[in-house]
Amino acid sequence: MPKEYRQILKYADEPGYTPDIECYLRHGGYQVLKKALALQNGTLPDGKPASGPERLRNEVMISGLRGRGGAGFSCGLKWSFVDRKSGKPIYLICNADESEPGTFKDRQIIYKDPHQLIEGMAIACYANDVHLAFIYIRGEFIEGARLLNQALKEARQKNFLGRNILGSGYDLDIHVHRGAGAYICGEETGLIESLEGKRAYPRIKPPYFPAVLGLYMCPTIVNNVETLCAVKHVIDMGGAEYARLGTPKNTGTRIVSISGHVKRPGYYEIETGKATLRDLIFDPAFGGGLREGRKLKAVIPGGSSAKVFKAGERFRIKMRSPDGRESEQEIDMLDLPYDFDCIIAAGSMSGSAAIIVMDDSTDIVAALANISDFYAHESCGQCTPCREGSLWMAKALRRLVAGQGRPEDADYLARIADNIPGGRTICAFGEGCSWPVQSFIAKFKEEFVARGAAADTGRKGEKTQAA
Amino acid sequence: MSNPFTIQTQPQAPAAEKIVVRVDGRQVEVPKTMPDPLTGKPVPTTMLQACEAAGVAVPHYCYHPKLPVAGNCRMCLVEYGTPALGPDRKPLLNPDGSPRIAKAPRPAIACATPLSPEMEIYTKTPAVKQMREAVLEFLLINHPLDCPICDQAGECKLQEYSVEHGLSNSRFVEQKVHKPKRVDLGPRIVLDDERCILCTRCIRFTRDIVGDDALGIVNRGSYNTLTAYPGRPFDNNYTLNTVDLCPVGALTSKDFRFQMRVWFLKETKSLCTSCATGCNIIAGSREEKVYRYEPRQNDAVNSTWMCDYGRLNYKWINREDRLSEIRGPNQQAISWEAAGKEISSRLKAAKPGSAAIVASARQTNEELYLVATLGRHLHALMDSVPRVKEGDGLLLSADRNPNWNGARLTGVAAHPPGSNLPKIADGIRSGAITSLIVIGEDVTRCGIGPELLDKLELLVVSDILPNETTKRAHYLLPGCAHLEKRGTFTNGKGRLQKFTKAISPKGYARAEQEYLTDLLFSLIGRRDYATIEGLFNKMAADVPAFKGLTWAAIGDAGVNVPI
Repeated sequence: MPKEYRQILKYADEPGYTPDIECYLRHGGYQVLKKALALQNGTLPDGKPASGPERLRNEVMISGLRGRGGAGFSCGLKWSFVDRKSGKPIYLICNADESEPGTFKDRQIIYKDPHQLIEGMAIACYANDVHLAFIYIRGEFIEGARLLNQALKEARQKNFLGRNILGSGYDLDIHVHRGAGAYICGEETGLIESLEGKRAYPRIKPPYFPAVLGLYMCPTIVNNVETLCAVKHVIDMGGAEYARLGTPKNTGTRIVSISGHVKRPGYYEIETGKATLRDLIFDPAFGGGLREGRKLKAVIPGGSSAKVFKAGERFRIKMRSPDGRESEQEIDMLDLPYDFDCIIAAGSMSGSAAIIVMDDSTDIVAALANISDFYAHESCGQCTPCREGSLWMAKALRRLVAGQGRPEDADYLARIADNIPGGRTICAFGEGCSWPVQSFIAKFKEEFVARGAAADTGRKGEKTQAA
Repeated sequence: MSNPFTIQTQPQAPAAEKIVVRVDGRQVEVPKTMPDPLTGKPVPTTMLQACEAAGVAVPHYCYHPKLPVAGNCRMCLVEYGTPALGPDRKPLLNPDGSPRIAKAPRPAIACATPLSPEMEIYTKTPAVKQMREAVLEFLLINHPLDCPICDQAGECKLQEYSVEHGLSNSRFVEQKVHKPKRVDLGPRIVLDDERCILCTRCIRFTRDIVGDDALGIVNRGSYNTLTAYPGRPFDNNYTLNTVDLCPVGALTSKDFRFQMRVWFLKETKSLCTSCATGCNIIAGSREEKVYRYEPRQNDAVNSTWMCDYGRLNYKWINREDRLSEIRGPNQQAISWEAAGKEISSRLKAAKPGSAAIVASARQTNEELYLVATLGRHLHALMDSVPRVKEGDGLLLSADRNPNWNGARLTGVAAHPPGSNLPKIADGIRSGAITSLIVIGEDVTRCGIGPELLDKLELLVVSDILPNETTKRAHYLLPGCAHLEKRGTFTNGKGRLQKFTKAISPKGYARAEQEYLTDLLFSLIGRRDYATIEGLFNKMAADVPAFKGLTWAAIGDAGVNVPI
């Protein structure tokens, strides 16, 4: 029976656990930071000499830790891209903008256990020779920002931050910067622009890779809240040991946010890949199943930007059996292990690990219209396809929902959506606004066609027969 | 810019390392780095620059060779391939030994993607064509399609690319986004936010080139709207360059609004004459009327810009009160022959040293050379009138004469500037100077007042507009604006540049060099040339600074001369 594996959220929901530093210290807080700061120069596994920070970075690399913000990119690899030869200061930014619809995991850490984030950040900063770091927190988390500032103050008072931390000679300070209500500020270069005080227009890559030309055109690391907390645990148990959690290439734990038509919506931390979608939706330890008398219709596996799965879909993907052997199997969508790679192999993504469950009471056209409205509202407007396409699709869907659709609107929408993703935009928002439209229409086409055919008026006011 | 006879600025590195890539199957070799337009520092050469070198046009809106790259229009998306690497990270080879090229799974914007060795760029694949159609479709869905009333028609990139790369039908059936139209952005600019495609060229130019962070975008997504800083008019001296830059009719010139359709304009290469910078321009004219100036690219002088002051300073050419008739004593209308004969006989009769000449530094090198020749023959005191105001540190020079260097190098202008003018005034006062020739200046404004002019025995004035000096002329010769003749100017930095004739002289007016040639012929009896070309070549032989030049060698970008 799959169950939660609480590593990051081990203490957060225990009765009596509070966000202050005394509580954190009582639960072994800041011990890993001490361990990290005390790590001496030594050698890497291949025999090359390495400084303490280099050894820490190596631990993260071998842990296989992948980013928990949505892209799932190897954290160790991202850190290795940092330009350490430019002579410019290196910055680290914690992306606490949590805005992907369906995601509510980072706020648990920020509101209940902010010191874990601070300790994880401090370790990550020490490992990367960073002396000034920022937490970019979404503007709507007013209390969260206050809690973080309070926690930072406490940490400084106890010399876990500031000059000569714990006598190690290492200086670090962390500042909280509040956003102002834009999803695009969660895009790493949009975040950097916003942090610099400008409009959050993401930067073109090349040449503005944050690892080379980031904040103030200096090398910058942008990591998610959960990723930085995981860094603490990687260093605590060692990279090799961390890699034994979860599944190969999909290591460690993930906090999954489950919402929608389930009996127990909420957040659950699991070993990556050790629970399936079926477990997460139906098992009483997690989602607890659908409401009485309802059947599953659709599941969005990774936040609203991810392509939707239709109930009953089957996939042929490479799976690894418990004894480590790889084989191709055809499985029902619900039996997909919830990790990074299997969901990608099935044509979607686990993104920010936000599962949105829709049962058969769902008006799929209205659901997609709602999602599209979000993207039309949040598009920054910098590049042509997303700026024009996102609102175009939202308008067409509103028209369909309002009863002024046409049968050909399904194809119309799909062809608009096809012109946005795939490198045609500056950032992944292009994929984010178009993948839902592409996947919903591809998998539920009959509903869109029927809605268009059943419209009150067809073209330009002439009445059409209902299908 | 230190190399006298080059037209383009070369990359900084003397022998820049080269890189070889293929564009649509054709090999092209380009420098590995090019100077950044803003800082001049070497930056990697981009795919767009390689395509340009290969002669392949890649459509684009937001890219501009003189501005930092933005990469937001997505019109220049192309496909490309790079050498495939094996699992051992070594390049995979074809049977013939050439590197196997693997096509990249995603397209890239040509304007911002640097080249890599052996890269292949594909601009004509079906995918690239479809991407261009898609971008154009997206741009047009909220576009007001104002072509019949839009100034940009005929020089609009949206029109041009739609014809060349777009679809003929739109599928859009929703309500268009509406934004402010006819926004009074500043004293010289009208903004139509609906036409704006948000390429940000205007923002980048105004912020980075002019140094005035005056424009920006407000609102989000499809509601992005260009605006000036709230409460502040957009009024720096370079605002009209944004009209040139704007690929569509969003930013338009109040001066040119609804004046003329651009396909009717004759475009003539010329120069601005409002200051010593000598920005290269294209004058747009139709049927003897000038409608606008636009800057012409010259990297050694003005890049691709000009200031608003110079750009709008053309209306005087079309003024109703342009001088157009030759007048003799008592305001009588006479012919050129008659005027020439009378002036020449009176000059011959005058004592050597009793004549003075004030010739404007707005005259051409050739005219000033003839004036200097005349002046030496008459042993005349000569000078030009300095015109100094505040420069703006960018293109507008403090020296508001287009040709002070020409006046100086030919020997007309005195040193220090204008120091002979009081001497001429004294000479007239004392009676030593009895004849005065004035070309292109109102001398009553530089110390030679009406009472002195009335003392003269002979006052010959050549000008283009009436003033206090022309009123008192014994012989009034109508001259030409620079657009009505040919010639050269030497700008403040020593660049000799030529300009071309766009419209006819008014009435009986003649280019000054023509009647000066006739006058000299009648005094000296020699005429060594028949055309402007010949005159220039003769001048080059006589004036040390112009040694070695010929009219043919000047070209469209001019040449440097030692000053």
